[in-house]
Amino acid sequence: MTKIQIPSPLRQYTEKQATVSVAAKTVGDALTGLVAQHPELKRHLYSDDGKLRAFVNVYVNDEDMRYLQKEATALHDGDTISIVPSIAGGLADPVPVP
Amino acid sequence: MATAIDAQPEAVLSNDEILRYSRHLIMPEVGMTGQQKLKAAKVLCIGAGGLGSPLALYLTAAGVGTLGIVDFDVVDYTNLQRQIIHTTNDVGRKKLDSAAEKLKAINPFLNLRTFETRLTSANALDLFREFDIVADGTDNFPTRYLVNDACVLTGKPNVYGSIFRFEGQASVFATEDGPCYRCLYPEPPPPGLVPSCAEGGVLGILPGLVGVIQATETIKLILGQGESLAGRLLLVDSLAMKFRELKLRKNPDCPVCGKNPTVTKLIDYEEFCGIRGQEEPAGNDVPSISVEDLKKKLDAKADIFILDVREPHEYQICNLSGYLIPVGDLPKRVSELDSSREIIAHCKMGGRSAKAVNFLRRSGFKKVYNLTGGITAWAEKIDPKMPKY
Repeated sequence: MTKIQIPSPLRQYTEKQATVSVAAKTVGDALTGLVAQHPELKRHLYSDDGKLRAFVNVYVNDEDMRYLQKEATALHDGDTISIVPSIAGGLADPVPVP
Repeated sequence: MATAIDAQPEAVLSNDEILRYSRHLIMPEVGMTGQQKLKAAKVLCIGAGGLGSPLALYLTAAGVGTLGIVDFDVVDYTNLQRQIIHTTNDVGRKKLDSAAEKLKAINPFLNLRTFETRLTSANALDLFREFDIVADGTDNFPTRYLVNDACVLTGKPNVYGSIFRFEGQASVFATEDGPCYRCLYPEPPPPGLVPSCAEGGVLGILPGLVGVIQATETIKLILGQGESLAGRLLLVDSLAMKFRELKLRKNPDCPVCGKNPTVTKLIDYEEFCGIRGQEEPAGNDVPSISVEDLKKKLDAKADIFILDVREPHEYQICNLSGYLIPVGDLPKRVSELDSSREIIAHCKMGGRSAKAVNFLRRSGFKKVYNLTGGITAWAEKIDPKMPKY
């Protein structure tokens, strides 16, 4: 199982859980599993054409997946995926939906 | 461990300054040389608010010679929960005036330069050129991208901090070999349609935690000591008190700091962030009722159902005795509502309840209305004894 760390702006869509566990072999599978468990997350993570939104970064342990094999990055036991959206400050910009 | 700023002319320390900074001077990592570097340094703080408060206070105490602050805002009562450079007596005063008074009181040796202006593409480059390091304490995306691009274009490191509720991020962008903000986030999120109250709020201590991390990084850059956060994103979770680090890489294709930059001058950042031509907030064409009309209906004992879509902790502050279903729970709990009744939905200011009304109308409810201005409008116009928050 892989743990996915959910950033606080998105926890309202995962029933307030800060961590969601999924069974997956690749990062892409893990994210698919995540939105299958919590469908409300989909439009916050993905645009209409199915691409991961540009203001959301996905890390495997401490490496940005863009510099690994992106969604094809293989996952091993004990890996942690972190979703890191951009935040702007005390005015609390949430991850908005267009 | 390279010093990120160019060599400065020697700054001379008086006997008073030597005594003032003695706790710095007796450490080999600072010493006379380091303290002279601090005195010769020029740091620009963007914002004198949550992040800017601890930043400016600690940089001043540490002996940074020249501090510039950019802020056009006025102190608001709700700022006092976290913007610790401002006091109750300062409410209504310009933040720059309030900050200047406290900073000069801490350290009269400070050369303080204040800029009561909005940072824009027209003024940023000239302004940044006069300083060595920029500390970004702003609270909106267009300015963050502006600060980043201007730092890259003028070759000044960008000490970055940002916060949200109880989590923060910190890093150092735009060093010569390091990534810039756009390497991490090439594009901003599209702006929200309705200002969100439910997702708002910030733990008062949080900008303190992150702002002091920024001050620390600024001082380390000046001294050329330690390992800076350049190339690392520090994630702070104050509730769990956990600190994590993610690796940041310089993107060779970055449009601003990459090998073939396409951004060679500052752009219209509001447009970049999609704010120009933004739609009217969704609340404007939602069927609504004013607080005055609601009062009339209640006085006439009309058969209306008040639906409160705020969160339970808000209900405890003040309420209209409405039926509480937080807006996020509405899809699951819509069966608790009777569509044959006239329903008036309210939240704090009218944003969330507009979403709720739209949802209910799409679900087939015909007699549902949004309370314009929310319970805040009720407290302002109908019942002054009701607290506002």
